[in-house]
Amino acid sequence: MSGGFQGPSGGPSGDRMPGNRGAGDREGDPPGDRPFFGYDGGMKILVIEDDAQAAAYMVKGLKESGHVVDHASDGKDGLFMAGSEAYDVLIVDRMLPGRDGLSVVEILRGAGTETPVLFLSALGSVDDRVRGLRAGGDDYLTKPYAFSELLARVEALGRRKSAAAATTTKLQVGDLEMDLLSRKVKRGAKQIDLLPREFRLLEYLMRHAGNVVTRTMLLESVWDYHFDPQTNVIDVHVARLRQKIDRDFPTPMIHTVRGAGYCLRA
Amino acid sequence: MRDFALLRTTTFRVALLYLGLFLASVLVILGMIYWFTAGFIERQTDETIAAEIAGLREQYRQRRLPGLVEVVNARSATPRTSTLYLVTTPTYTPLAGNLSAWPDAQPDPEGWITFEIEDAPVNNDGSRHDARAVVFTLPGGYHLLVGRDTRERQQFQERVLNALAWALLLTVGLGAAGGVLISRNVMHRIDAINRTTRQIMSGALQERMTVQGNGDELDQLAANLNAMLDQIEHLMVGMRQVSDSVAHDLRTPLTRLRSRLEITLVEAGTEDEYRAAIQDAIGEADRLLGIFSALLSIAEAEAGTLQRSFQQVPLADLARQMADLYEPAAEEAGLGFESDIRAEPIVLGNQQLLAQAIANLLDNALKYAPEGGRVTLTVTGIGEGRGPCVSIADSGPGIPAEQRESVLRRFVRLESSRSSPGNGLGLSLVDAVARLHGARLEMDDNHPGLIVAIVFPRITPG
Repeated sequence: MSGGFQGPSGGPSGDRMPGNRGAGDREGDPPGDRPFFGYDGGMKILVIEDDAQAAAYMVKGLKESGHVVDHASDGKDGLFMAGSEAYDVLIVDRMLPGRDGLSVVEILRGAGTETPVLFLSALGSVDDRVRGLRAGGDDYLTKPYAFSELLARVEALGRRKSAAAATTTKLQVGDLEMDLLSRKVKRGAKQIDLLPREFRLLEYLMRHAGNVVTRTMLLESVWDYHFDPQTNVIDVHVARLRQKIDRDFPTPMIHTVRGAGYCLRA
Repeated sequence: MRDFALLRTTTFRVALLYLGLFLASVLVILGMIYWFTAGFIERQTDETIAAEIAGLREQYRQRRLPGLVEVVNARSATPRTSTLYLVTTPTYTPLAGNLSAWPDAQPDPEGWITFEIEDAPVNNDGSRHDARAVVFTLPGGYHLLVGRDTRERQQFQERVLNALAWALLLTVGLGAAGGVLISRNVMHRIDAINRTTRQIMSGALQERMTVQGNGDELDQLAANLNAMLDQIEHLMVGMRQVSDSVAHDLRTPLTRLRSRLEITLVEAGTEDEYRAAIQDAIGEADRLLGIFSALLSIAEAEAGTLQRSFQQVPLADLARQMADLYEPAAEEAGLGFESDIRAEPIVLGNQQLLAQAIANLLDNALKYAPEGGRVTLTVTGIGEGRGPCVSIADSGPGIPAEQRESVLRRFVRLESSRSSPGNGLGLSLVDAVARLHGARLEMDDNHPGLIVAIVFPRITPG
């Protein structure tokens, strides 16, 4: 959970922070992984958050990352805005004045709105998390969070929406190919043998190609656990996968994004 | 006042109800005893008379009146007989028998009469002889009476009634006394519990209910109350300890953070220096947040409310997943990693918290095992008086036996591990998770190293 919000002047290259993203990373993305983006430019995001300072910080960061952001400061307004405009992702605080975040999402889901929802909450217990997801949330982030984590998750949610539409049996990023049916992976002409967990890891990275995925996102989606391991367990898994994917090739595909996580790019 | 209070107690009312039911049953039993004793004798009297009549009727049929008179005379002559005979003319002049005169009594429809024998000797107690008889009118207007003196029978009945009355009186007396005694005994113990409760409420928190050790309901109540008080005390001690530790362990890094920012503000000049200082500050803040989330997880596990959402957790599968997660990291650290799954036990619990507990133990094992060492993750099933168990062994320096208790406390770190990263909350969380699951945390020497085992209760989840 390290990393944070650096200024627009940018950190070391590869650092993915609000500000340097729109200018740096995006233009560096080869056209090859465009189809994996569900959006052409930024996404349209609604932030429902009552803490003015936290909201301003979030809106600024998301805008600098190239997204269009609206803000509602209570549940009533949020419900109205979410119901009347089409958003790609909703970021909803659990505790809101007027109407709490859970019921906002329940009402939206009841009305047939399928916009992905990321819950933000100071309540971090296992029970609260389950309750949030049961109410129709798609992801759950506990306050306080690193901005890089929030951004990675929001962009993953926008991706999920578009990926769900197409039922693919093959994933392709650059010259890396994954056949989901025969569970075979090829880079160029070379067949790559992966352990089951490495396969799941790579599948997740490929489905989110071009986006940053954080260590906690990997732990959640590949192993289905929600905690922060103290040691570098996830890093070692990625390093091993990297060995198999990148070792014999001139251009690396798995990039470490300092202070945030990893990114698979062609 | 006290006696009114006694009447109001539930115990006394229950005692009273039992006494009532008991009395009713005793009455039924006594009634049956009377029926079988006194009633039997009465019926026997009637049967004897009926037999006499049958005999006389036979005589009369064969030899008519003279024969009847002769037999009656013969039988009346039997000394000390309690059977009464009398044959009279149509004008009630006695012809034969042991009665001096025809009794002046109105027979019932079946011919039975009850009368007093006038010429009988007066009893010692001055009472009179009663008799019961059947009267017939023979052809020709002659009268026949056959009966029995009922004095002995009445005396016996009186004696039986007397005895039964005494039995009833004794039953009431003993029952009431017993009820009051039992009620008072129970009351006394409840009073004791109430007294102790009031003492505890008024501040004597170390007081406990007296447990008599006979295992009855009140004893169980007292034991449960004591367990509850122990739990509350444990939580209170924990709270106090946490607030003390928070004061120390959070204030220290916060102070460090603050002074570093302050110094940066005063001294730093270049943008790079600012950037480095901010990076440091973020790192420090993340450590603080890590401490917070660990403390919250511990609090959540200790609150026990998660038990409502417990599910069946396949312990071996969980261990396999954690082994899968940690094995590469262990190998990277130059450690041999072995997972030894010997059984497939199912436990009731919260999978996320159990995973986190195992992860914390594996984190520790990886942190403390020296290069070239070993880490073993073992799962065993129910056996040898213990429930399912997951244990993690390492070949590190271990924890001295006398310090094993204290490392479970929050923020406690061994002197020897001060230099390694960590916040002293990992084992506290493991301990809290174990207790949430009713499991026991056991620490042992691995010669060298440490074995930590989470031993689950033996009950198999239904």
